[in-house]
Amino acid sequence: MKPRIILDSHKFSLTIDRLCHQLIEQHKDFSASCIIGVQPRGVFLAERIHRRLQSILKTKDIAYGKLDITLYRDDFRQKGKPMTTNETDIKFSLEGKNIVLIDDVLYTGRTIRSALDALLDFGRPNDVELLVLIDRRLQRHLPIQAKYVGKVIDSITTEKVKVEWAETDGQDKVWILSEQ
Amino acid sequence: MSALSQKHLIAIKDLQKSDIELIFQTADTFKEVLQRPIKKVPSLRDITIANLFFEDSTRTRISFELAEKRLSADTINFSASGSSVKKGETLLDTVNNILAMKVDMVVMRHSSSGAQSFLSRHIKANIINAGDGTHEHPTQGLLDGYSVREKFGDLKGLNYLIIGDIKHSRVAGSDIPLMHKMGAKVKVCGPPTLIPKHIEELGVTYEPNLKKALEWCDVANVLRIQLERMDIKFIPSLREYSLFYGVNKELLDSISRKIVIMHPGPINRGVELNSDVADSKQSIILQQVENGVAIRMAALYLLADRG
Repeated sequence: MKPRIILDSHKFSLTIDRLCHQLIEQHKDFSASCIIGVQPRGVFLAERIHRRLQSILKTKDIAYGKLDITLYRDDFRQKGKPMTTNETDIKFSLEGKNIVLIDDVLYTGRTIRSALDALLDFGRPNDVELLVLIDRRLQRHLPIQAKYVGKVIDSITTEKVKVEWAETDGQDKVWILSEQ
Repeated sequence: MSALSQKHLIAIKDLQKSDIELIFQTADTFKEVLQRPIKKVPSLRDITIANLFFEDSTRTRISFELAEKRLSADTINFSASGSSVKKGETLLDTVNNILAMKVDMVVMRHSSSGAQSFLSRHIKANIINAGDGTHEHPTQGLLDGYSVREKFGDLKGLNYLIIGDIKHSRVAGSDIPLMHKMGAKVKVCGPPTLIPKHIEELGVTYEPNLKKALEWCDVANVLRIQLERMDIKFIPSLREYSLFYGVNKELLDSISRKIVIMHPGPINRGVELNSDVADSKQSIILQQVENGVAIRMAALYLLADRG
């Protein structure tokens, strides 16, 4: 099957706008909330949402951090070589905060499981919500659901979802590719 | 994704530049972990590590143990005093007996140069050298390089001076190849009796005059006078050594540049280094100790996956 685009750059920005407004409904001015992007690919979405939220709310004070989950994964030692770590940058305490955890694609749920473990090492949050751009809802291995979803995709395991970002790939786009 | 080219960490000589860069990068991650409220990650929770110290150590041993615990590894400790080594067991037998209890990695210090290298040919576990005789102390070399990189951003083009007992120093043994691989220049300074013959073959220059040497360098690593390794007299007296090769504030103030001072510890205060320097802003001695834990975590993490 040919690769097909499921979100082009126009729909992409509409989706991000919608997600931001949904977040504002729930978190109001974000004074007790913060945004955490999961390394490496979730950070692009988190940065985009963070920037958009600050411009909608006309503020510069929304807390934002990056979380690397490599050291918390459940599949280390299965790949035969060490997984390269990324930067974790959370300059504030998560104690009592309402966290919006952000990743690009929700697939098996294992990344988010690791991320929840990692978050707890920074304090006890009041509440953690999950936001993803793409939810591949048929492939979950763990009971994990996102509260905010850009688009739901019913895809099969041999297909791959690829999220491209203007920052690194030239244009915002989401593809489905099938691997033979 | 990258991996180390080696299964063991026995000598800096065996590493490639990319290995050192990977260890530094991974150490950045662990340095951040060490700033968290909960300074612990679960990544080595399936690994058991034996710390075999056939020679005394405080700093290195505590640093390795902390690094292992911060990675959630299980650890067992062994020291030669009060063990069956005294009853005449061979090194290989001792280690094989410990490994029979299902140990994945070995951190070892030994007074014979090459002990870890010998062992690596006979056992399956990953070995980290925590100092072998007068040969190498690779994690010290790595943490020295890492601390300098932290201070200057890059090692390339820096002038690195090592002062003191080069002959018996495994720190120098690891620092010299590390600095060369990372593009720094190395000079040594000390009494001629404590400088190995043919040192220039390592690409190192020798300067007998301390003040001239300090004038040349960006960083000076002051080594400890290791009286325990000197069965004959290499220097007339500690007082004379201190007079010619001791680093003090007055001397540092008399040179035209502001240099960074390092020391691998333990310091003989008033012999190779005066307190007015050791405790000054120019010294990064305590940063070295702090970075040691992150570097050792990185080495353990990267080797654990080499299987």
